[in-house]
Amino acid sequence: MNWRRMWAIVVKELRQLRRDRMSLGMIIGIPLLQLVLFGYAINTDVRGIAAGIADEANTSASRALVMDMLATEVVAPVATADTPQQLMAMIRRGEISVGIVIPPDFERRRHDGRPVAQVLVDGSDTAVQAAAAQLARVPVDSATPDMRAPLRSTPPTGAISVVGFYNPERRSAVSIVPGLIGVILTMTMVLFTGIAIVRERERGNMELLIATPLTSTELMIGKVLPYIAIGLVQVSVILAVGLWLFQVPVRGGLLDVFVVAGLLIVANLALGLMISTRARSQFQAMQMTLFVFLPSILLSGFMFPFAGMPKVAQWLAEVLPLTHFVRLIRGVMLRGAGLREMWPEALALSIFIVLMMAAAILRFRKRLD
Amino acid sequence: MNAAAAEVASTRGAIRARGLRKVFGKLVAVDHVDLDVPSGQVYGFLGPNGSGKTTTIRMLCGLLTPSAGEVEVLGLRIPQQAEALRSRIGYMTQKFSLFDDLSVLENLEFIAAIQGIPRGQTGARVDELIARYGFGDRRNQLAGTMSGGWKQRLALACAVIHEPELLFLDEPTSAVDPESRREFWENLFELADAGATILVSTHLMDEAERCHRLAVLDRGRLVADGTPAELTGALAGRTLVIETDEPRRVRGTLQSLSGVLSVVQVGNTLRVLMQEAADAGRTEQRIDHALGQAGHRAQVSAVPPNLEDVFVVATRGGADERTRAA
Ligand SMILES: Nc1ncnc2c1ncn2[C@@H]1O[C@H](COP(=O)(O)OP(=O)(O)O)[C@@H](O)[C@H]1O
Ligand SMILES: [Mg+2]
Repeated sequence: MNWRRMWAIVVKELRQLRRDRMSLGMIIGIPLLQLVLFGYAINTDVRGIAAGIADEANTSASRALVMDMLATEVVAPVATADTPQQLMAMIRRGEISVGIVIPPDFERRRHDGRPVAQVLVDGSDTAVQAAAAQLARVPVDSATPDMRAPLRSTPPTGAISVVGFYNPERRSAVSIVPGLIGVILTMTMVLFTGIAIVRERERGNMELLIATPLTSTELMIGKVLPYIAIGLVQVSVILAVGLWLFQVPVRGGLLDVFVVAGLLIVANLALGLMISTRARSQFQAMQMTLFVFLPSILLSGFMFPFAGMPKVAQWLAEVLPLTHFVRLIRGVMLRGAGLREMWPEALALSIFIVLMMAAAILRFRKRLD
Repeated sequence: MNAAAAEVASTRGAIRARGLRKVFGKLVAVDHVDLDVPSGQVYGFLGPNGSGKTTTIRMLCGLLTPSAGEVEVLGLRIPQQAEALRSRIGYMTQKFSLFDDLSVLENLEFIAAIQGIPRGQTGARVDELIARYGFGDRRNQLAGTMSGGWKQRLALACAVIHEPELLFLDEPTSAVDPESRREFWENLFELADAGATILVSTHLMDEAERCHRLAVLDRGRLVADGTPAELTGALAGRTLVIETDEPRRVRGTLQSLSGVLSVVQVGNTLRVLMQEAADAGRTEQRIDHALGQAGHRAQVSAVPPNLEDVFVVATRGGADERTRAA
């Protein structure tokens, strides 16, 4: 390991990057784009669902219940009807997504404990369905409102009591942004090094490099170092914008956040190097990156809860760096956990780094055949 | 190199290869090549595209593993001891392989560091090369924006930055105008005078003629080697030039004559290569007579053979249809 040679690679990479507008744009552009996309567009806090109301009882108590439901802002009234049948027709035509029905015997039901109201839900949109469930939590004095959706059966009320302890307002940006740091790093970092070596092979630079005393360790470490710095810049951008746009908190130590992110960055860079030693062309490298990226997004627990996945998927997920990162970063940023309490996850990432890096260095041959 | 080492190197030669062979799938790219390159000379590899020049050079540098054969370069067994060889050779690839998005200066600095030139000496060495190869006001130009001639100069400067004992140059002048080519070859002889051994591949006859020694490659086989004088000398008495107003018709007649190996048209003259050498004047008379009988008006005279003739003889036929680039 010759430090001068390794450093020469670092300087060369940075100089090339400075002149590569496309990659420079990717460093800042991808995090911003993804933050905005995930933060705003893919928003699970549904509000203002079009609703129709059929208040067949029309007593002061029933009107009060309807007002309470509307006050959640989950639904917005767009139509009134006389019968549940009319509401169902409106749902079928797509004019409304939710129908609120108060039966004529509302007052009697309030006292004998039977369901006092029905919420008809357009079950074709799961987001709407989930949001409408919030309506069931509207309290009715001396009676629990039932949530019966004739178009799609739902578990009985009372049993579902969703309490967002660390995200009481259930704002999705808060739970998404920490994991999103990992998704963005996985996407950009793997690609950076995944392409790095193939590109030089395609351009012919590699034939020159391997004919010199440069060792594969010097080359690999020299390729990784500059991108660690770039990854940390990305993390800072995401944290700053996340705080500014979505008030995403950092409850644990900021240093811990960067250490955890640093681990994921190196893990992904090492994975990229490994891909680069296997891929024959830049296109192949991108395909392989995608091949890792998709399972990472789907299985890491970033998008879907880990507990609900089949056993095989869970085992697979344990191999992916993003899985461990998502656990670590949610712990540090949202629950205020210290890195020391979560050492097994950090250890898993470290093992991944050592194995990948060693594999990449060993696989890289200073030969053309 | 100290005197003793120079002694050993010159007696052993810089490169020795026996039965060198490389197979890609079903394609035999290099086939049983025996090679002896003496130290301190400019040694040429002459051959058309696809004849195996690049593949051979790559095997000699230890970048490709030979399918068979033994290689010894600067006293090291290749590919086993290839790593030890790296710092002692310079390699200029056929395709420009420096970084297009780095400037001349940045490329030189990078290669200097990679070749292990101490930090304190890099500045002086880089400045020296910039002055020597005339980069002066181009030092901050991006390599990718330069013309072929300048790129090739930069590649040579980078290949010699660590003053290697042995230099491999793979078709260094292929993308270069004649003026730059001349300069380039002057640089090569300067380096050879300073003690370096240079192995240079080319498909150009005039370049091959300037080498101290050369090997002629064809379809992966080494078909001739020696000094240019030895190679052409062996063909003495077999080459004629015919001047005529009707070169194409005369050519047709010639090709039907026995003993004619090839006929190449150069403007209004035809260059004829005979199968066998004969006594002075005999061939000339025979051809003159035959053309007269066929009713052609033509002037036949003997000329000394050149490397193109060597190449035609070495590869036997197939060359008749080629028209030489004037
Ligand atoms: N990596 C490779 N894989 C397959 N075939 C190759 C490879 N490199 C060279 N060849 C083939 O080997 C032959 C010799 O090529 P090369 O050594 O490049 O010739 P030259 O340098 O004289 O033009 C050619 O037919 C070429 O297509
Ligand atoms: Mg070639």
